[in-house]
Amino acid sequence: MSVAVDTPPETTTKESGGSLGRYILVRALLIIPTVFILVTTVFLLMRTTGDPITASQGGRLPPDQLAERIHAAGYDRPLITQYLEYLGGILRGDFGTTLSDRRPVTEVLLTFGSATLELAIYALIVAFLLGIPLGRLAAYHRDKAPDAVLRVSAILAYATPVFFAGLLLKLIFSVWLGVLPVAGRASTRAELTMQKLDNPTGIYLIDAIRTGDPAVIGDVLTHAVLPALTLGLLTAGVFLRLVRTNVISTFGAGYVEAARSRGVPERRLLRKHAYKPALIPIITVIGLQIALLLGGAVLTETTFEWKGLGFQLAQYLQARDFVAVQGIVAVLAVIVALTNFIVDVIAALIDPRVRY
Amino acid sequence: MAASTATASAVPQRSRLARLPVVAQLRQSVGLQRGMLVGGLVLTGIFLLTAAFAPVLAPYGYAQLRDASGSFGAQQPPSAEHLLGTTVGGYDVLSRVIWGARTAFLVIVVAVVASILVGVLLGLISGYFGGWLDRIMVMIADAIYAFPSLLLAIVLAIVISGGQSSMWGGIFAAALSITVIFIPQYLRVTRSEVIRIKSEAFVESARVIGAGHVRIMTRHVLRNSTRTLPLILTLNASEAILTLAGLGFLGFGIEPTAAAEWGYDLNKSLSDVTAGIWWTSVFPGLAIVLVVLGLTLVGESLNDLADPRLRKRAAGPEPVEDLGVELPEQQEGER
Repeated sequence: MSVAVDTPPETTTKESGGSLGRYILVRALLIIPTVFILVTTVFLLMRTTGDPITASQGGRLPPDQLAERIHAAGYDRPLITQYLEYLGGILRGDFGTTLSDRRPVTEVLLTFGSATLELAIYALIVAFLLGIPLGRLAAYHRDKAPDAVLRVSAILAYATPVFFAGLLLKLIFSVWLGVLPVAGRASTRAELTMQKLDNPTGIYLIDAIRTGDPAVIGDVLTHAVLPALTLGLLTAGVFLRLVRTNVISTFGAGYVEAARSRGVPERRLLRKHAYKPALIPIITVIGLQIALLLGGAVLTETTFEWKGLGFQLAQYLQARDFVAVQGIVAVLAVIVALTNFIVDVIAALIDPRVRY
Repeated sequence: MAASTATASAVPQRSRLARLPVVAQLRQSVGLQRGMLVGGLVLTGIFLLTAAFAPVLAPYGYAQLRDASGSFGAQQPPSAEHLLGTTVGGYDVLSRVIWGARTAFLVIVVAVVASILVGVLLGLISGYFGGWLDRIMVMIADAIYAFPSLLLAIVLAIVISGGQSSMWGGIFAAALSITVIFIPQYLRVTRSEVIRIKSEAFVESARVIGAGHVRIMTRHVLRNSTRTLPLILTLNASEAILTLAGLGFLGFGIEPTAAAEWGYDLNKSLSDVTAGIWWTSVFPGLAIVLVVLGLTLVGESLNDLADPRLRKRAAGPEPVEDLGVELPEQQEGER
């Protein structure tokens, strides 16, 4: 939950030369401890309480066979040895191998990551298209009926768990109205057509456009509507509230007051003066939204059988394959840290006050 | 939370009652904001009552499959015997929705109490002493804060329960997973308050008198740095429910025979939806939405009332609640 995000803290005026470069460098170096802390936390939590083989096979195998498999996998060695080995693996880009289907986690990431990326992009588009204009509208009609309706809808969008929103949309549009597909990323025929491409990107919309078949493109798009809406609505609510709060506060700022006293009409004040500065904090918040989006993606993908990383994670969870879970979570930690870094750099480029 | 909600309905005594967190804000609010706050309080109140009186309200037990007239049957549509129908597992939907309130409430209480205790303590230490300890704690908190909370909760649920799920095991697994996510938030808020208060004159004078660290921390700093806690508390309570439901939806919920849990029921209803069976998913889902909505409305209103830029003001000088000034209804704060 965003508790009214303020514009960045105190501005320290520094000599301007090279400060952006320094900021980016410092910020880049900060990724290392962040990833390190998360990976260590996940490792310690999962390994101090038991080994993955007992977790998945405990009770199903006789004790001597269990011990044998634990020994073969090296889980009976001292924790510190395992930890160093694990860290070494991560440095080489090796996040482990899944227990259930013996695939390297990086391969799982490459196979299913594109689907999650595609879903996340759709969701962000929905969130921008809905959240920003509606937030502006709510701010303009502050404390009047449209504001009340919009704010309550935004809270409703937050209060509805993504998977329940998904279930409802599915029930209405797929089952009752029958206008949109129930689940999946494309129908079997479209998937077969796309598999014939050499070097498929895994991002279905791009692949579909490359086939040049309008039926395939249409098929892929109709499959994307409900998952994109489901995940997008969650973020749209956050954007709406943020834009509203920020527009209201810039509306009361000195320079807007000055423009108002010069006789600039309210509508123009909103459009030209208050709106754009209110958008800057959004960029900063997107960084935090990435985390929310990824969490939401796990649930959305499970609801719609959208075969991405989140769906796969849920499958591994059901199979009690905790090596896979640990690996995917660690990979996601790296992704979150990297996107946060990129977002921070963009924010610093746009708003000089950020790089204090 | 529970105490202040209960007293909210019995407002007009001023004195101490009027200064209680939620009551004070209720008196301060006007118009739409008051409407949202009241709406939130009503929903929260209903939730608390349902949780408290679940055994009386629910027609059947949460794990009951049959009564005197025989087995309930699976996926039965709503009828006189089963007002909201039965689930795929043959449980009564209404009873599980009602009992689910109790599970949700217990998880919230455990999660919020644990995270406040730990988070506030760490924030106090971090802010008061500063230095390298502070830096490390903030760095860890930031790392955890930026991470998808659901994923962290999954990892913790595995660790705590190992996937096994008795009622209390499941409740603690869910609650403690949520706790770890919340600790950084309490740490940050408390820390920044502590740093602000630490430099105040009264702390300085306590130090001059010769008070020890522990006494200054508890007596002077802690008491004054809990201002924003009710706000985060309500927001976190709603997040706790969503996390619990998310865990349940991914199969880390509590077994149906151990307790009723809304997320678990939604997970089981996933295939029903495709078959057009709507009652198994809609009702537990609505329960989650209404509870989270209620808590969020309360939290949101408290947030707005605490933020002078967003507070809708009655015309004239700032009303001070202790003076007992009755706020005029419907005054536009237009400037």
